[in-house]
Amino acid sequence: MAKEKFITLKSTAVPVAVENIDTDQIIPARFLKATTREGFGDNLFRDWRYDNNNQPIKDFVLNQSAYSGKILVGGKNFGCGSSREHAAWAIHDFGFKVVVSSFFADIFKNNALNNGLLPVVVSDDFLKKIFRAIDKDPKTEIEVDLQNQTIGFDGLKEKFEINLYKKTCMINGYDDIDYLLSLNKEVREFDLAHS
Amino acid sequence: MKRAEGYPDALFIDRHFIHEVTSPQAFDGLRKRGIKVFNTSRTTATADHNVPTKDQHLPIKEALSRHQVETLRKNCKDFGVELYDLGHPYQGIVHIIGPELGLTLPGMTIVCGDSHTSTHGAFGNIAFGIGTSEVEQVLATQCILQYKPKTMKIEINGKLGKGVVSKDIILYIISKISASGATGFFVEYAGDAIRGLSMEARMTICNMSIEMGARGGLIAPDETTFSYIKGRKFAPQGKAFDQAVENWKKLKTDDGAKYDQVLKYDAADIAPMITYGTNPGMGMKVTDRIPTAEELKDISEQTSFKKSLEYMGLEPGSELLGKKVDYVFIGSCTNARIEDLRLVAGMVKGKTKASDVEVWVIPGSKQVEAQAKSEGLDKIFEAAGFELRSPGCSACLGMNEDKVPPGKYCISTSNRNFEGRQGPKSRTFLASPLSAAAAAITGKVTDVREFV
Repeated sequence: MAKEKFITLKSTAVPVAVENIDTDQIIPARFLKATTREGFGDNLFRDWRYDNNNQPIKDFVLNQSAYSGKILVGGKNFGCGSSREHAAWAIHDFGFKVVVSSFFADIFKNNALNNGLLPVVVSDDFLKKIFRAIDKDPKTEIEVDLQNQTIGFDGLKEKFEINLYKKTCMINGYDDIDYLLSLNKEVREFDLAHS
Repeated sequence: MKRAEGYPDALFIDRHFIHEVTSPQAFDGLRKRGIKVFNTSRTTATADHNVPTKDQHLPIKEALSRHQVETLRKNCKDFGVELYDLGHPYQGIVHIIGPELGLTLPGMTIVCGDSHTSTHGAFGNIAFGIGTSEVEQVLATQCILQYKPKTMKIEINGKLGKGVVSKDIILYIISKISASGATGFFVEYAGDAIRGLSMEARMTICNMSIEMGARGGLIAPDETTFSYIKGRKFAPQGKAFDQAVENWKKLKTDDGAKYDQVLKYDAADIAPMITYGTNPGMGMKVTDRIPTAEELKDISEQTSFKKSLEYMGLEPGSELLGKKVDYVFIGSCTNARIEDLRLVAGMVKGKTKASDVEVWVIPGSKQVEAQAKSEGLDKIFEAAGFELRSPGCSACLGMNEDKVPPGKYCISTSNRNFEGRQGPKSRTFLASPLSAAAAAITGKVTDVREFV
């Protein structure tokens, strides 16, 4: 099934300058009970966003009107822990199209790519500069160019790596399952030979 | 299965486990495409994450949890997938039932929409957790797209000290290499200290591979593996078993094979471990003191470190020994097998829990529960004031009714100490079943070596 295509994006960004953000923080387990993919954005970073009485916690960046945009910037080892794809759904459902960090956990990275959410890996130094720039001016715009694999702001630019196959999928909105279904006959034979 | 230019490898999946939380959207995808499950005989389902651990014969009270379990029932029925539902004698935590039923066999490729799928690597398998989109891919095609991971060998040699069990080994390793130290790798655990462990103890180690970022962790199969499998429900039987063993014996890393990284540790350096922070890498020997921000290896982590200790209500540089605990949770896919329950029972026999501690013992499966009762462990727990409940993921993840209240401290045999993992604002100390049992008796963080 075709997914949203991603080519370039220029947007302000929301910084969450914390390391090892695990998927339990992105979406706590008690909100994983839906049987559809929609609506998880409401509970994105739930326990950092709201207190025990469901009141917004002022200090948290998603509750500060100064910060907005389609790019989420997180500290290193973003998305570690549970394999819940709900974490990628929640970030995407909230309106983000790109997550930037200096290091992503494997399963999260895969889940993001499978949902049209682009994980951009930058150097530790570049990440620091992004955090500093947004801290100084929340209106700082970051430009992500998937075709050329670059991310830049304020005249600074860095190349990022992405697997060529996944890049093609993102740009064209392809889904892994289309390719796998095309192998169906071969897999059937393999299965029979190995059962 | 297939390697094609420009594509990741298509890996054929021998065994696919599913549960209620990460499968509903995948089945929906199949419906939208109008396709069936590729091979139902390679797919096994159970309900574990959302289930209550009390009164399992009654309908689940919480509407959303009930709906998710009912959705699993409907999906399994519609698509012809075997489901070990609540009330079934094989129901339990997905990573406990696979091995105990003989569905997990050496040399397989195994996936499940759950990061602790690495557990099955203890049998010499390629086993890893996947997301829901990938669950759909496997249901639809029995394949998954993968790139070859980097390889790491972790060797533990020597003799383990008294009171030190496999949970301490893995907490020790993670404390050494951090919660992201093995990201991008598959890990092979080796060395004579690993060889000397039972299958269940090996599963505990492989289970937590993901807590250092590795998607999979495995141990080459040996006689311990084969004798564990022999006679299990779905394992090959009789002659077929003997033939299988001959093949399984070949499943070991070639002599002189090159790994991308090799780490070696001395078993004698491992002590009973405990975590003090909010990721599993923040662990230490139970007798150590919590580091200060200045002592961290990576100074860039100072902000997260301070946030973490603030959440835990702990002082940098302080000791954890003697810290009062409110809850003790013995359970989860890490430590809810019969050997874990035996360890706990052996320690608490004839003793009683501290009066202000609540102690939950949650067997990993109906079979573990039945075995515990047949051995009389239930009587020991009852006499000690421990509550033995029914199988499920329970207080490992704060999704079902079993939650640790805000601000309370729980010493837990589970795998994650993330903020809110055991319930909003709950505080978790990860430790071994032995250490948890010791804390249940004293009511505080205790060096288990005082008891053994």
